[in-house]
Amino acid sequence: MPAFTPPPLPSDDKRWKIVNGTMRKNGFARHALIETLHTVQSSFGYLDDDSIRFVAQSLRVPLSQAYGVVTFYHYFSLKPPGRHTLTICAGTACYIKGSDKLIASAEKKLGVAQGQTTRDGNISLMVARCVGACGRAPVALADGELQGQVAGEQIMDQLERWAVE
Amino acid sequence: MNIEELEQIADSVRGANASFDHEVNVCMGTGCLSQHSDRLKDALAKAADASGKKVLVRRTGCMGLCAAGPLVLVDREHVLYQHSRAEYSERIVAGLGGEPVAGLQCNLREHFDEQVHIVLENSGRIDPEKIDDYIARDGYKALLTAITEMKPDDVVRQITESGLRGRGGGGYPTGLKWSTVAKAVGDQKYVICNGDEGDPGAFMDRSVMESDPHRVIEGMAIAGFAVSASKGFVYVRAEYPLAVSRLSTCIRDARRRGLLGSGIGGTTFNFDVEIRLGAGAFVCGEETALIASIEGKRGTPRPRPPYPAVSGLFDKPTLINNVETFANIAPILRKGARWFASIGSERSKGTKVFALTGKINNTGLVEVPMGIKLRHIIEVIGGGVPDGHTLKAVQTGGPSGGCIPADMLDIGVSYDALIGVGSMMGSGGMIVMDDTSCMVNVARFFIEFCMTESCGKCIPCRAGTAQMYTLLTRICDGSATMDDLALLEDLCATVKEGSLCGLGQTAPNPVLSTLKYFRDEYIEHIVHKRCPAGVCSMQVPAEVMA
Repeated sequence: MPAFTPPPLPSDDKRWKIVNGTMRKNGFARHALIETLHTVQSSFGYLDDDSIRFVAQSLRVPLSQAYGVVTFYHYFSLKPPGRHTLTICAGTACYIKGSDKLIASAEKKLGVAQGQTTRDGNISLMVARCVGACGRAPVALADGELQGQVAGEQIMDQLERWAVE
Repeated sequence: MNIEELEQIADSVRGANASFDHEVNVCMGTGCLSQHSDRLKDALAKAADASGKKVLVRRTGCMGLCAAGPLVLVDREHVLYQHSRAEYSERIVAGLGGEPVAGLQCNLREHFDEQVHIVLENSGRIDPEKIDDYIARDGYKALLTAITEMKPDDVVRQITESGLRGRGGGGYPTGLKWSTVAKAVGDQKYVICNGDEGDPGAFMDRSVMESDPHRVIEGMAIAGFAVSASKGFVYVRAEYPLAVSRLSTCIRDARRRGLLGSGIGGTTFNFDVEIRLGAGAFVCGEETALIASIEGKRGTPRPRPPYPAVSGLFDKPTLINNVETFANIAPILRKGARWFASIGSERSKGTKVFALTGKINNTGLVEVPMGIKLRHIIEVIGGGVPDGHTLKAVQTGGPSGGCIPADMLDIGVSYDALIGVGSMMGSGGMIVMDDTSCMVNVARFFIEFCMTESCGKCIPCRAGTAQMYTLLTRICDGSATMDDLALLEDLCATVKEGSLCGLGQTAPNPVLSTLKYFRDEYIEHIVHKRCPAGVCSMQVPAEVMA
């Protein structure tokens, strides 16, 4: 069998070197697929066709399998995130404390459904399964920063601040 | 590193601590951090410097009582401050060695006094990222004793005799699992720590990994020795970044100290640990799905046998235990199987950590002896239901569990008793619901969860949960008939009997338990088009209601 040559990096963007580093650390083993996809998403914010193709070729995983893994796991996103992301937790403790109302009001305010980004690309509205901060329910994350015992007004204020930036 | 060197480190840390007149612990678990306890810690350190007092200000993991955070514990004087803020730092420091600051103290004595801490014994007491802090509290002593003075069989026997059962939810005897893997033939075996805490409403494992990560690593290494495995994986949710970063630091430090790696403690025992990130799939809590995920594949379960103990990760014999199970190992070896078995009830030994949340005053993390009355947890430790509302049910076991009605609070919390009332222990989520919660809506919430989290491999689960969700939605919006209810009950049986893995087999539990104890609420929705709790909005046109 001829020696395997990994494909060239898709561009000279430095972030591809970080992605390649994860694969090299794992000896380009097939089981490094999820690890590598994590690195792509943390570097680029999401996974697009080019990056999935590059990772699949580098690890010699069928493209169908790589795409299957990407779409199986909720954590991976095929769409670029907005400039800001509001994540509302919908775990059981947050649900009992009324997080469904928070989600509904944020959807109404932004005019998008959960999982979507406003048309101007400014704000993404996400819903988390549980962020594990149940002691402070209901919980929301504003650009990753956790806020506990949030009220509807707080969320509206945050969205308005982001809107005028 | 040998035991003498370990003692030396412990002595030097204890000596260093003793050179301070006061030790002030600041909770930097996720809950308190979200209220800027990091700034609070800096402010306390600054205030201490300015005061000229000799104060050790220490970052610690979770102290448990998230409802009262940020928490500050003046360790030797046992003074606990609640809702602390950076502005209070000077007053807190001024009060050291004298009268505690009035009005800031947390006086929930029963909340703490009624708990028994084994798993959480270091949480809130040590800096989770300082290996020497862990060593000073007898950390890694059990590992070094085991590998230098015990045979693998002896370790397995100790765990068996302790009566420890898996804390991930199923309650399988840990010793039995270990002895199966130990007996399995193979030159390469693996140890996996299941930190894929997917139950929404539970955060015990997160807290243990964030507050005392070395305890988990030590438990895994002891397991590695007992079953002859040289490699371990911790599978952690990507949604837990703080747990991931603290575990990474601790694994690196344990390697540097020679407590992980090759030739541990000067013996021939090799063991190393790697972290694997989950990617948001509840089904990966199931052991064969978790293994598929570590192998870089979609997390779909496969039929057992063969069990992972015989053929698991990369088809090699694999031991999988939950975070909390591993956290119990070192104390059992240090204090003996008999000590552990003396705590708890007849068939459930030791303690259990619960995430107490929902409509309860003292939300947070509690560790209680097995067999304790549920009422005691809710009313004494949890401080009861707030705002004058009345308790309706306690949900345990997450999407796999059930709702225990208020009139059954006198059951003892053990694996068997919870199954007996149609719920289960689960990983430790305990969600309190009051009269403002609609039990049909709660059942619908869990079925929606199971529907979206079903991996899709087998039809009863994939299609069954979707149909159940549709039926429950109709009940909630008032468009259902009694025939729909009969169909729902029928489907519960099909999904339960026909699904491949635990996710599907237990998915109907929240529906079955609410149907058992709160059938009148279902009837009220269907027949009278009315939601007794006022949660569901009925969408039925008036003429149908007539």
